[in-house]
Amino acid sequence: MTATAAPEQDRTTQKSAPRSLASRLVRRPSFVIGAAITLFWIGCAIFGAALVPYDPFETDVMNTLMPPSAAHWFGTDDLGRDIFSRVIVGARDILTVAPLATLLSTALGTALGLAMGYFGGVFDEVMSRLVDAILALPTVVVALLALTALGASTTTVLFVIGFTYVPIIGRTVRAAVLSERGLDYVSAAELRRENPLYTMFVEILPNVMPAILVEATVRLGYAIFTVATLSFIGFGIQPPSPDWGLSIASSYGLIGGGYWWTVLFDGLAIATLVIGVNLVADSVQGALND
Amino acid sequence: MTETSSLRIEGLSVGYSVKGQMQRILDNVSIEIGRGEAYGLVGESGCGKSTTAFAALRYLPRNGQVESGRILIDGHDVYALDTAQLQDLRRRSVAMVYQDPGRALNPSIRTGRQLAEVFELLGEQRADWQRRSVEMLERVRIRDPLSVMARFPHQLSGGMQQRVCIAMALASNPSLLILDEPTTGLDATVEAEVLDLIRQLRHDLKTSILFISHNLAVVAQMCDRVGVLYAGQLVEEGSTAELFRAPRHPYTAELLRCLPDRNRSKADAPLSTIPGFLPLPGSITQGCIFAERCRLADPLCRAVIPEAKWSGDGMSRCHHEDRIGELRATGTGLPSASREPGLGEPVLELHQVSKTFGQSAHHIRAVSEVDLTLREGETLGLVGESGSGKTTLAHAILGLTRPDPESTILLDGKTLGARLADRSLDQVKAMQIVFQNPDSALNRSHTVRRMIGRTISRLLNLSPEERTRRIEDLTRAVRLTPRHLSARPRQLSGGLKQRVAIARAFAGEPRVVICDEPTSALDVSVQAAILNLLVELQSSERVSYIFISHDLGVVRYISDRIAVLYLGRLLEVGPAKAVFEGPHHPYTEALLSSVPSIEDRPAHRVRLSGEIPSATGPMTGCIFHSRCPRKIGAICETQEPPRLQLGPDHVIDCHLPQDRLGRN
Repeated sequence: MTATAAPEQDRTTQKSAPRSLASRLVRRPSFVIGAAITLFWIGCAIFGAALVPYDPFETDVMNTLMPPSAAHWFGTDDLGRDIFSRVIVGARDILTVAPLATLLSTALGTALGLAMGYFGGVFDEVMSRLVDAILALPTVVVALLALTALGASTTTVLFVIGFTYVPIIGRTVRAAVLSERGLDYVSAAELRRENPLYTMFVEILPNVMPAILVEATVRLGYAIFTVATLSFIGFGIQPPSPDWGLSIASSYGLIGGGYWWTVLFDGLAIATLVIGVNLVADSVQGALND
Repeated sequence: MTETSSLRIEGLSVGYSVKGQMQRILDNVSIEIGRGEAYGLVGESGCGKSTTAFAALRYLPRNGQVESGRILIDGHDVYALDTAQLQDLRRRSVAMVYQDPGRALNPSIRTGRQLAEVFELLGEQRADWQRRSVEMLERVRIRDPLSVMARFPHQLSGGMQQRVCIAMALASNPSLLILDEPTTGLDATVEAEVLDLIRQLRHDLKTSILFISHNLAVVAQMCDRVGVLYAGQLVEEGSTAELFRAPRHPYTAELLRCLPDRNRSKADAPLSTIPGFLPLPGSITQGCIFAERCRLADPLCRAVIPEAKWSGDGMSRCHHEDRIGELRATGTGLPSASREPGLGEPVLELHQVSKTFGQSAHHIRAVSEVDLTLREGETLGLVGESGSGKTTLAHAILGLTRPDPESTILLDGKTLGARLADRSLDQVKAMQIVFQNPDSALNRSHTVRRMIGRTISRLLNLSPEERTRRIEDLTRAVRLTPRHLSARPRQLSGGLKQRVAIARAFAGEPRVVICDEPTSALDVSVQAAILNLLVELQSSERVSYIFISHDLGVVRYISDRIAVLYLGRLLEVGPAKAVFEGPHHPYTEALLSSVPSIEDRPAHRVRLSGEIPSATGPMTGCIFHSRCPRKIGAICETQEPPRLQLGPDHVIDCHLPQDRLGRN
């Protein structure tokens, strides 16, 4: 028996668990604002169709290009469709494609990054060069090329964006894994003969999760922007969807005629959603570094 | 106005606001440092040493606040100065040197530019910067200042970096120099060099020094007066000689008893420990703060706060100052390590084990032709400076790195595969390791139960009930409570984390446990408890240890035999007593004499000149010849030294004749 066996051990200086990420986040105003904006658009995407005053697809040749009024808050477009209803329902497609694409790229990128960081050596060398090469190409150009080859459809947009973000997420995860790989708990796992999959996904993954979370939220912001861009140039979400990028593409010629409302509200929608997501991403990063 | 003290702290209380609540870190601390005096502030981690230093510079973190008290530097009240005056004070009167020189210097700026910056701030002419920088580096005994200035910090050794930091601190000729653990990360031989330098500079410059350290021996060597800080209170103060010879506070007395030193071994007696833990800030509101852990405590101590009692030069806050002697008289009440004499069967044998890193052109031989035998139930201490290959050798034994092809490692007479994958489950589980840094060794996402439990289920074939029982047994064996099982590492203190790491190492019933500096990150009182635990586990489990450490007191205490490694080669192997008492290898002699000790003031020391050469390329003759203080001549450079057999089990590789080898 050593002296330390005394009951003092029971009153250990056990430190209280640190505050959870969630409670640290809600204390940040930028997170609250960003989350409110994002949740608003998510709400529109899910329930919008049931709540809007007009059918977003219904044309009204008698009331084309009407400026904002009590009947049509955001005015009407060149086919007489209610722009307010279209903007609200327009959240649906972009908020389906972008998050799914982000999820896909995060899952694949995490697996790639874990493997590169854990195995290292020749595998890492080869994959790293490949990743560098892909990252040298602008996303939109790669996406355009792929969409031209595969044919434009919502599903292809999802997969194309999903795959183009894999390398960059992989690289971020790899860097996080490398600093974990050098820690002794990985050696300890080897000394009890864990297989590499266990070590990667059970030992290392939880410790690189924060980095992945930050990267995923940042990527979501980019994905929303890319989907909107591709829709605008006609390779993304296809008509007759009330998608924002698509609507801007079909109406931007009208600005010259003074019909600003046909473009402004869709533009604001894209901007607020991207800003909202980025506020969330910044707050997550900040809260994790606290 | 004449001011006699260069730093005066009067009744300083500092609090940190944590989660909206003020926690008091320093409580009514008063310190006075006279001109040219060196004052040592000692205490375990978390006692408020660094907070004192930061408060003195008015440099507390944003959530820190001085609640009461005054700080005067050269007679100026630091907290009454305006911004410009404060900057001027920091620029000219005070300087601080931090613990980790590698982090104090900017890694992407050449040293010369960083030094010049100091003179720029001091408002000197641009033309003088270079000349003044060279002067400063010469003052800190750097032989080739210009080449050092042309280099980046990472191209300098740790000792060299710390010299540069000291040079920068001294550039303004400050009247007060604050040194915060200046040698903690350095090797013993480098530490000795830096301490020598500080001592010389103090003599030359008459600077006052506030020397903050957890290392009692270092403070004993460096300072005129010492203050002992415990949980934010100064519990004892006095002249160095008095305080270490006859401590007047139980905490000081107990701390001194925790230290393993070169005259004690585990066969004599277990180390004394201080039971319990440092109280949380603000948790003790009445009575003496040390009462809960004090062996002299009585109801008076728990009820009444002891006043500071002065006698002569010394101060102590204790009701029972007169009974301190009892602490020394009472033993720990623990049995010493029961060890039957005679040696067991060899468990692990190393033949010509080498490890070369690097590709084709650039070879670094980290470990070179090491022969060693480890017997059952034995502890083999492995000592050497950083970079000597200790950890590489350990990893090669464990199969974590692949040794060079000609190496042979035998476990129970059977050759082990080079990699873990080539070894059988029995061989893998026979050898485990306790890593140096528990923060790195424990997965911060997993609970204690999971870490220990997973190791058991991977290495032992047990039923769920047996597994649960084994987890409980191990927990008890390392003195953790079942409550700790659901905790994650960040909820545990350093000592508790290391206990978890030890429990994990023992989970698979190993035969050999490698302890890689297991106590170097811990405070002395915690270190003592961990060392006792290791000794106890050894006698109950019959395991063999390879104990790696740069702390020779610890190695002497725990080891049966000691192997001295230099640049990947063994220079000496022998029974612990023989290695320490000599005759020993010149390198061992230098290592031993560089260890600061509380008892003796430095008389004659063997100093190693120069830095550890890099292990690239072939080196002829004795590997130690470039730094050897007892080099005979050309023979050392050209011929490999013979192996001298000094005793049945004691060998030394040296050209010196046996009768000229050093002794202690």
